[in-house]
Parts: sequence; C-alpha cells; structure tokens
Amino acid sequence: MDFSFSEEQSMLKDSVTRFVQDNYDFESRRTLAASDAGFSTEHWQTFAELGWLSIPFSEGFGGFGGGVVDSMVVMEELGKGLVLEPYLATVLLFGGLLQKSGNQVVQDAYIGSIIEGSLQGAFAFVERDSRFVLNAVRTRAEKSDGSYWINGEKTVVINGASADKIVVSARTSGNTHDEGGISLFVIDSKEAGVKISSYRMMDGQVVANISLDQVSVSTDHMLGEEGEALEVMQEVINDAMIAVSAEALGAMEKALQITVDYTKIREQFGVAIGSFQVLQHRMVDMFTAVQETRSLLYRAACSLEAGSDEAIKDLYALKVKVGRAGKLVGEEAMQLHGGMGMTDELDVGHYAKRLRMINTLFGDADFCQQRFAQLSYR
Amino acid sequence: MDTTFTPEERVFRDEVRTWIKRYWTEELANRIADKSTFKEAQTELQKLLNDQGWMAPGWPEEYGGTGWSVTRRYIYNTEMARAGVLGPADPMVFGVSMVGPVIYTYGNEEQKKRFLPKILTSDEWWCQGYSEPGSGSDLASLKTKAELEGDHYVVNGAKIWTTYAHYADWIFCLVRTDSSGRKQEGISFLLIDMKTPGIKVNPIIGIDGRHTLNETEFNNVRVPKENLIGEQDKGWTYAKSLLTHERLYVANVSQSKRSLAELKKLAEREWAGGQPLAADPYFQQRISDIEIDLMALEFTELRVLSAAAAGKEPGAESSVLKLRGSEIAKALQDIKMDVAGYYAGIDDADNNANHSFANKTRIDFMYGRASSVYGGTNEIQKNIIAKAVLGF
Ligand SMILES: Cc1cc2nc3c(=O)[nH]c(=O)nc-3n(C[C@H](O)[C@H](O)[C@H](O)COP(=O)(O)OP(=O)(O)OC[C@H]3O[C@@H](n4cnc5c(N)ncnc54)[C@H](O)[C@@H]3O)c2cc1C
Repeated sequence: MDFSFSEEQSMLKDSVTRFVQDNYDFESRRTLAASDAGFSTEHWQTFAELGWLSIPFSEGFGGFGGGVVDSMVVMEELGKGLVLEPYLATVLLFGGLLQKSGNQVVQDAYIGSIIEGSLQGAFAFVERDSRFVLNAVRTRAEKSDGSYWINGEKTVVINGASADKIVVSARTSGNTHDEGGISLFVIDSKEAGVKISSYRMMDGQVVANISLDQVSVSTDHMLGEEGEALEVMQEVINDAMIAVSAEALGAMEKALQITVDYTKIREQFGVAIGSFQVLQHRMVDMFTAVQETRSLLYRAACSLEAGSDEAIKDLYALKVKVGRAGKLVGEEAMQLHGGMGMTDELDVGHYAKRLRMINTLFGDADFCQQRFAQLSYR
Repeated sequence: MDTTFTPEERVFRDEVRTWIKRYWTEELANRIADKSTFKEAQTELQKLLNDQGWMAPGWPEEYGGTGWSVTRRYIYNTEMARAGVLGPADPMVFGVSMVGPVIYTYGNEEQKKRFLPKILTSDEWWCQGYSEPGSGSDLASLKTKAELEGDHYVVNGAKIWTTYAHYADWIFCLVRTDSSGRKQEGISFLLIDMKTPGIKVNPIIGIDGRHTLNETEFNNVRVPKENLIGEQDKGWTYAKSLLTHERLYVANVSQSKRSLAELKKLAEREWAGGQPLAADPYFQQRISDIEIDLMALEFTELRVLSAAAAGKEPGAESSVLKLRGSEIAKALQDIKMDVAGYYAGIDDADNNANHSFANKTRIDFMYGRASSVYGGTNEIQKNIIAKAVLGF
C-alpha cells in the first residue's frame, strides 16, 4: 500500500494550489460568478497553458495520459477555491466520453481543441423525470436519410450555456427505463432545432435546459455502437464521481479551516468563542468527517484505476460519505459563524452551497446508499 | 387527561377554515410573495385579520386580544399555518409577539394608547434592534449608547441583523445608559421612530439571496424620553421576561406540519426508479423519523401551554421548544432539498428552468439554516437549559 502522490502529481497539486491562491480570493470569485458566462475565459487559457486540460487524454491525442488520481489531485485544489471554470463538464465529462468512445472522427476533430482551450463541452444526461438513473432516457433519436434525428429535452446541463459541443444521450430503441437502446451523439449547440435556456444554480454555475426539436446529427457523430452507450456513460460518470468527491473534500477542508480561524478571533463573553469546548468538539467532528472522506476517496480512486471488483462498491461508499460529510461540514461551518454565516458576503455559506450541490450530482447519499446495499446484500 | 377536541372546539376550527377560504386568496398570497408588493399586501392581510379580531390572539382582551383557551390558540395556529397564512418569518412577530407584550406589561398608559392600536391595525411596522456587530450571543455586552440630554436620549452606535428594518416604522432597541456596573445593569429599552434623523439602514444580502437583514446605524439620534419603557437601566429585565414569554410560541409546530405535508406531496410527484419517491420504503423511513419527532414536539408544546394556562410558570420543558422546533424545521427543509434532487439548487427568479417548486425550496432551505441562530443560537439555548434546568 502507498498513499503518497508521485512526484509529477505533487507538482501538479502545487501548481493548482498556486493558481487558486493567486486568482481565487473570494471577491474575485464573486465578480466572476456574477458575470454572464459565470467563469473566466482567461483563466481557462491559463488552465490550457499549464497543461491541466490535457490530463485525461491519451498521449496519441497530445494528452498527458493521466488517470482518475491525477484529476482527483486537480479537483481537490479547485474545490478549495470554489473554482467556477467548467473543468468537470468540458474535460472530464465531455472529454472523457470522447476519449472512451473509440470514435476516431470526433476524437480527431475535438480533443485537440479541448486541450488548447478553444472548445467548451457538456454532457446532457439528466431529463425532467430521470432523477439519478442514467438509463431513464426519453429523448429519442431516429435514423433516416443517412442522419439521426433527435427529439426530446435535457435539463440542468452543466456548462450547457457555454458549451460549443454537447454530448446527448438519446434512445435509439426500447422503452424509457431500458438499459439497452441508448446511444450518444455529439451535437453542435448552434444546430437548427437546439434551444438552450440557461439559468443559474445556487453555487454560481450557469446551467441550461436544452430542448431538441428534429436536430440532425451525422452518423459519424455517434459515440460508440448504436444502443450500447450505457456502459461508457457509467464509466465516465464513475470517474467524474471521484473528481467531484475530491472537489468536495477540498471544499470541506477549506470550510473547516475558515471556521477554525474564525472561532479563534471572534470574541463573545470576553473570550474567543473557539475556547468553548462544545464548539471545539463540533470542529473535531468536522475534522473527522474530512479525514473519513479522504480515506474513502483514496480507496475508491485506487480501486477504480486498478479495475478492482470492489470498485463500484467503494465508489458508492465514497459518494455516501461525501454527501453526508458535506452536509455536516457545510452547515456546521455556517452555524459556528452565527449571523455572519448566513450572509452572502461571507464565503462560508458558499462552501455549504457547493457541498450541497455535489451531494446531488450523479446520485445523492440516499441513492448511493441503496446502490451500495444492493451490492452488499445481493 | 384528554388529547382530543370538544364539539365547540371543532366548530371553532370550522370558523377559522371558513375565514381562510374567504380571505386567503391565491391573488393575495402571490402579491405577498412578490417583493415589489410585499409590504402593501402583507398589511392588507393583517388588516383583514384585525377586522376579525384575530391580529393578536395572545394579548389580554383589554388590549385587543381574544381571550382564547390554549386549545383554541393551538387550533388557530394550526389552521393558519396549514393554509400558509402565517409563516415562520412573519413580519407581524416584531409588533405582535415581541414589542406589544413589553408595552402592555411594562409601558405606561400613554405608551399603551399610543402604540398598541397601531400594531393591531398594522399602520406601524416594527423591527427589533438587539444584536450588535460585537454583541450577539453575549447580548448584554451591547454598546449602543443613549445619553440623556434634556428631554431627549441621544443614541449612537450600530445594530445588526435587524430583520425588515427597511420596512419598519419603529424599532425597539436595547441601549446602554450606564456602563459602570454589571453589564446586564445599565441597559434600557427604547422605542425609536425610524424616521428620526441620524438613522441609516444598510442592506445585508442573505445566503438565500434575499434582502431581509440590515445593519442599522445611529448617529446622534434624538429620541424623546417619553419613549423609554419602564425605568432607565432596567431594560434587560424587560427583554428577558419577553424572551421567556416568546419561548412558549417558538416551536413552529404548525409551520413544520405544513412543511411536512408539502414534503409528502413533493415526494409523490418526484419519480425515482419507476415509482414515486413517496413509495420508497427507505424514503418513508427517513420522513417518518422526522414526523415522529414532530409529534413529540407538538405534544410537548401542548403540555407546556396547558401548564402555562393553568397559571404555572413555564417549566423545564419549555426550553426545549425552540431548540427542537428549529432542528425539526431544518431537517424537513433538508429532505425537501433532497427530494428536489438536481432541481434543488436552482437560483432562477425568471423561471427559465421551468420548474415549479425548486426556487422556493432553495430559499426556504437557505434562509431556514438561520433558525438555529436567530432568537438566540441553539448552543446558547442548550447552555440555558443546562444551567437553568439541570442546575449546572
Ligand atoms: C436571519 C437572522 C435574523 C435575525 N434577526 C434579528 C433581528 O431582527 N434583530 C436582532 O436584534 N437580531 C437578529 N438576529 C441576530 C441573532 O439574534 C444573532 O445572530 C444571534 O444571537 C447570534 O449572535 P452572533 O451572530 O453574533 O453569533 P456569535 O454570538 O458570534 O456566535 C457564533 C457561534 O458561537 C457560538 N457561541 C457563542 N457563545 C457561545 C457559548 N457561550 N457557548 C457555546 N457556543 C457559543 C454560537 O452558538 C454560534 O454558533 C438575526 C439573525 C439571523 C441569522
């Protein structure tokens, strides 16, 4: 067993830490979050220059050939700064699907541009009633005249407003909940019949509902085999679960740190409130939750990278812990700040919001616990 | 012992329901929910309540109260909350539940005549000026100063977290009139007209994205000395007795019952894995955990209120009401967020997301985090219980 990072990973971690320290003080983040796009294209170029956008892509495409541990390293540091740039959506979800799809045409067409920082992507996998079930797909794709024609609606698409290209899951056969019959298509956001209505989430992200009305896609823009997409979708989401868990870990660590610092300087009854043991114990509980999260994160990342039989179970255990620990740490951080924690102008509540959003992303703690139990007691 | 309603009480319940049906229209509710028409519409509702004699059910009859039994008040609160007429963050509380009782208990005849009727008619809205940037949990350390100069107190300092100060006509303040002795001594209870020169209200945006909070600054604000309640330097005693009174009605049981009913409805609409979430046994278990806690709270409250009605001092049990009330309300909001799933994070006033309940769920949840902070934090409530009840 070895829980340490490689030299390369340590360097990567340092460079992300430095970026966050230099660019993501809370005021700068607020300004960015309030902008139309909700993130900075300048920062995105920096990501490209520093090579972060190339991490999950294989060397043949000019990538770094990294694995989930590498993106985990990046995401934890981004989580500390509540970084808004769409690394998850463009690089890990959209990029991950291209990388795993085996479709040379789209790989050649888009991976280079992702790495350069000139292309934004998204993965549209949620529908109005799908909740956390990836195979609950109503959107349909029909083949005629040498193209696919897509009709349906996708909701809360992360980075949906800025994405140039969007991977859409659609049903080429079968019924709404069937596991087979789902296919993936790369569409252009400006294609006729694509309607994007964007809105904000409480963590500052700009997302979109995307309606698809007779949208045509050429057959070479289908990823993988027709009707066989669920497995690839699940693989990419699994990697992404590690990534957002790492982000949550970073956010929790920072929220704890802010809280410890605050309770050391805020005085009531003539003493620092941090001198009250009841508050110290609460912060120890937060600390413990952070430690447990880190342990399950490392375990799940390693199992997944090694393709272990336990990988999926480990992953669900992690996501349950992330959800519950995130709620605890976020809300305790607010509570220990008293009235200050309930304001928009202080950072601490924003950590709680992001942690809350990560709980939901790809399946909340309740959902993942059920999946975990199914694997444990089958 | 009997925990059911009498036939007369059931008739009373129907009377309340009839009133609600008649006056609590969707149109009025929408105007109250819209911030551009909030104050005007909320005042309209309060005037309707007052016309019925229901504005301040808990006040003594001679000042405009109802003289209802504990059970009737319970029925009234339950019905009003169930319909959504009375919410937990009602602007009415500052006048009706907070300053009103102080005025009729400790104020002089002139003050009663001057202030109580306008609370009932809602022609004057109130806000509470207790907390300061440096004095929250340790409220008695407050520093906003009032110095008597001739017929006026001259007030200097700052209050913070003053909910609805931007709507209020008057503010009731705790101010320091003497700093020589113990910090609890030397505090006075002062009523201040918000239009007095030298008052500045600075908005604070909450983590729910709304503006309900403020910082209220006082710069040489001249307050006629007739606006002092009771004796100078005795304000802490008045404020504390109000707190004891207040703690009886802070469990928000009726609001939480409404919240639970809403939650169940949402869980029927939200589908997961081919069935409504409400049909999932695991989810049923999670909701019933809170439902049982809420039942326990409900009957604790009734037990406390009955004892109070029989003339007994609020006992040990009353102190748990605020504590559990906020924990239960928060737990319900938490589950509601989980039910809303991906849509729970929507911050979308224009409804581009085309989702009916998500935005409200988020606001209730985020604002709701504060219920364990305002009115004295839950940590402070526990300190009080440990000291006053368990004798530490
Ligand atoms: C939404 C909202 C509305 C409000 N409305 C009003 C209003 O209208 N008028 C008004 O006057 N005030 C209002 N308040 C203020 C509220 O009463 C205070 O925020 C509260 O009393 C806590 O004070 P504080 O914010 O200074 O926190 P602090 O006192 O600084 O507390 C910070 C943390 O330390 C803990 N702590 C402090 N002392 C102890 C101790 N001895 N033992 C253990 N833990 C301790 C607290 O529990 C808290 O977790 C409002 C607050 C909020 C959030």
